[in-house]
Amino acid sequence: MNTADNAQADIHPIGIYLKVWILLFVLSTLSYLVDYFDFQGYTRWTLIIIFMLLKAGWIIAVFMHVMWERMALITTILLPPLVLLVLIGLMSTEADYAFGTRVDYMGQPEAATRIHVSDVHGSAHASGQAEDHATVGH
Amino acid sequence: MSQEIINKSSWGTVVDDWSADKETFPIPWGKLMMWLFLVSDTFIFSCFLVGYMHVRSVTTEPWPYPSEVFALTLFGVNLPLILIAIMTFILITSSGTMALAVRYAHFKDKQKIFLLMVVTALFGASFVGMQVFEWSKLIFEEGIRPWGNAFGAPQFGSIFFMITGFHGFHVTCGVIYLLWVAFKVRRGDYDKSGNYDIVEIAGLYWHFVDLVWVFIFAFFYLW
Repeated sequence: MNTADNAQADIHPIGIYLKVWILLFVLSTLSYLVDYFDFQGYTRWTLIIIFMLLKAGWIIAVFMHVMWERMALITTILLPPLVLLVLIGLMSTEADYAFGTRVDYMGQPEAATRIHVSDVHGSAHASGQAEDHATVGH
Repeated sequence: MSQEIINKSSWGTVVDDWSADKETFPIPWGKLMMWLFLVSDTFIFSCFLVGYMHVRSVTTEPWPYPSEVFALTLFGVNLPLILIAIMTFILITSSGTMALAVRYAHFKDKQKIFLLMVVTALFGASFVGMQVFEWSKLIFEEGIRPWGNAFGAPQFGSIFFMITGFHGFHVTCGVIYLLWVAFKVRRGDYDKSGNYDIVEIAGLYWHFVDLVWVFIFAFFYLW
């Protein structure tokens, strides 16, 4: 492949950029709505991860032109970061273990009550509920 | 066109590119170097995010509600996470204008390249401005410090300042980089060679900054 081929392949209709742009807007709005409508638990995590991966994929594929690159470059870029999955796996296993020892041997709470901003600031802020557990330690 | 893409994506080309007696990557040198830098930068941000995952899973103290900590009252309505959402839209928009600048670089349209890159840099600068606002609100009004805060686990502050600080630093560098390239384009530095690869290379960096924000937004602000 010479440069002439590259130059020809690199010019894409303006429409694809605009479409991806709109798509990214929609996906960002959707992930914001996950928070706005206060989805919790596995629904929240699944939705966040899906929207995140879709956004990242479109940015990499179209904005960074990766889908038009040669496979040799694509693999050079995308394969090495996959080893991070090993790191994530190791760290989450280790974190579970350390958390367990803190609970079992150091008497720390397994599920601490989360603190709402309104607990700290009083009722001026809208979202919170109770005010009894606003003990501030740090 | 589509036939060409199919040919390009086939695994046979990988063998050809690596084993034939030629350069493995037939792309501009600077572009390949930028990609290698971005891959290494990926590992830096990943280490930060994995470190965040670790401290967050390991702490027995309650994690603050990011949605509430980053809420703002606009026009009398308390909106969760609104500033972060606006910052996200601004960064995406800047990525869009940058993609267009790269497109016009192929037509060597100096006027449009310059204009779109300056617009991109302005969006980037406004992003950093909002980050300054966000940081000062958290530091001066909410009293959040790297070593503690009133809303739960102290690691919230250290992780927040480290990750968003490092990302903000990248955006700031990007703004300077883009303005510098835009200025050189307008000055006519590339007239003689007709080689506008630098615009695409700067674009890769800018899209990467946007890409990192996608992960920070999901894992730190929404999780």
